Amino acid sequence: MPVLGHQADGVVTAGVGSVPDRVVVVGASAAGLATAESLRRLGYEGEITLVGNEPHLPYDRPPLSKQILTGELDPDGLLLRGRADLDALGLDLRLGETATGVDLPGRTVTLASGTTVGYDALVVATGARARRLPGTEGVRGVHVLRTLEDALTLRERLRPGRRLVVVGAGFIGAEVAAAARGLGLLVTMLEPAQVPLAHAVGAAVGRTLTRAHRDHGVDLRTGVTVDGVLSRGGEVTGVRLSDGSEVAGQDVVVGIGSRPNTEWLAGSGLPLDDGLVCDEHCMAAPRVYAAGDVARWHNPLFGATMRIEHRTNAAEQGLAVARNLLGARRPFAPVPYFWSDQYDLKIQAYGHLRGHDKVEIVDGDLDSRRFLAAYRNGDHLAGVVAVNTPPKTVRAWRSAIATRQPWSAAVGNTRASA
Amino acid sequence: MQVAVNVPKCVASGQCVLIAPEVFDQRDDDGMVVLLDDSPAPEYHDGVREAALVCPSSAIRLTES
Repeated sequence: MPVLGHQADGVVTAGVGSVPDRVVVVGASAAGLATAESLRRLGYEGEITLVGNEPHLPYDRPPLSKQILTGELDPDGLLLRGRADLDALGLDLRLGETATGVDLPGRTVTLASGTTVGYDALVVATGARARRLPGTEGVRGVHVLRTLEDALTLRERLRPGRRLVVVGAGFIGAEVAAAARGLGLLVTMLEPAQVPLAHAVGAAVGRTLTRAHRDHGVDLRTGVTVDGVLSRGGEVTGVRLSDGSEVAGQDVVVGIGSRPNTEWLAGSGLPLDDGLVCDEHCMAAPRVYAAGDVARWHNPLFGATMRIEHRTNAAEQGLAVARNLLGARRPFAPVPYFWSDQYDLKIQAYGHLRGHDKVEIVDGDLDSRRFLAAYRNGDHLAGVVAVNTPPKTVRAWRSAIATRQPWSAAVGNTRASA
Repeated sequence: MQVAVNVPKCVASGQCVLIAPEVFDQRDDDGMVVLLDDSPAPEYHDGVREAALVCPSSAIRLTES
């Protein structure tokens, strides 16, 4: 096998550190494309097969719940790379093909069309799919938001004066509600928790985001559970709550989380547990790696196993996998990042907020909607949520997270300098 | 290498500034990208390529010469 010249920082072990002749990447969205593109940038000249189950060229998903709904962006603006850039990568690109199984000993991936593709190294980047409400299949007007088709179907129906019910006040639900209000719809948002997003960002920040919805005319109802959808003639008319009451709506958007696409790996021998389980090198088994929403890997920076469904992570992890495929053996230890645009709120989050012990507002204040909240986990600063905060301030905090600053030092320092 | 940024697409994540501060900055008021150098020196090319790759809104375009 050819061995690259610049893998000096890796420990080469048989079957792991040697460079594969043929890489198969399953999943042609942000993570899969980043892996393929990074391999080429790092000088890899072997064969790369990129398999994607959607017919489209690789495209970007975050705008689906934002600018695509508002019409600020057309589908053409979503493409991650133009045709010419993709062609230049020299990929064996198989779009509209679904992988249905993997044979580890035989080193082959089976596609729905019946063909098999052999690999020396496999990258699983099959992402996640939106969870649906049971019993809603085939009911017109019930939407999830994951694919371009989902977004375009919803956009067609978002007309001024129509009634929209949003199930789930997480980030997708919140962004859809904000976009729909901007388009002049009547929006009811239903959330089982008492405070939306409290599990992710804490109650105080969650309440601030809640107030923003109410100030913008969203009828947000918390502590309510949706039992099912109501329909007439195959068209949705609303939802029924667990207390028996009903909420009318001509469209229902379901934003209740997602599930990793790992079913095709069942029985393969690969470790599955809410994602494909990987070590700190994003390796699930010899010759098998994972990147993006589907990967559950050990992040040594936080000493925690995580699965991150955010756009930036998909690209960073794809790059990390490409490096490790070529022998770098470098742990993937990023500071997770996501952003959300809702009304006039620009929300940015860095770090690992889940399971935090304490939240403190260290800059600005909640009422002004310009603030920075710091999250403590044990003795460390684990993350921050910044709302409408200047970039230099945010970057200083991000760097404190990346260097694992003790809580006392991180909070004390920035206060002294503020 | 020629670098171009699409400011309307930018989402102010600041990832590019973290990776290649010699080439990218952010506006103070809204965090949008500011291109400091549209033909950076070779020692910055790897950083610029990585910034273009991880930019969450694909707002950085490169033309390799």
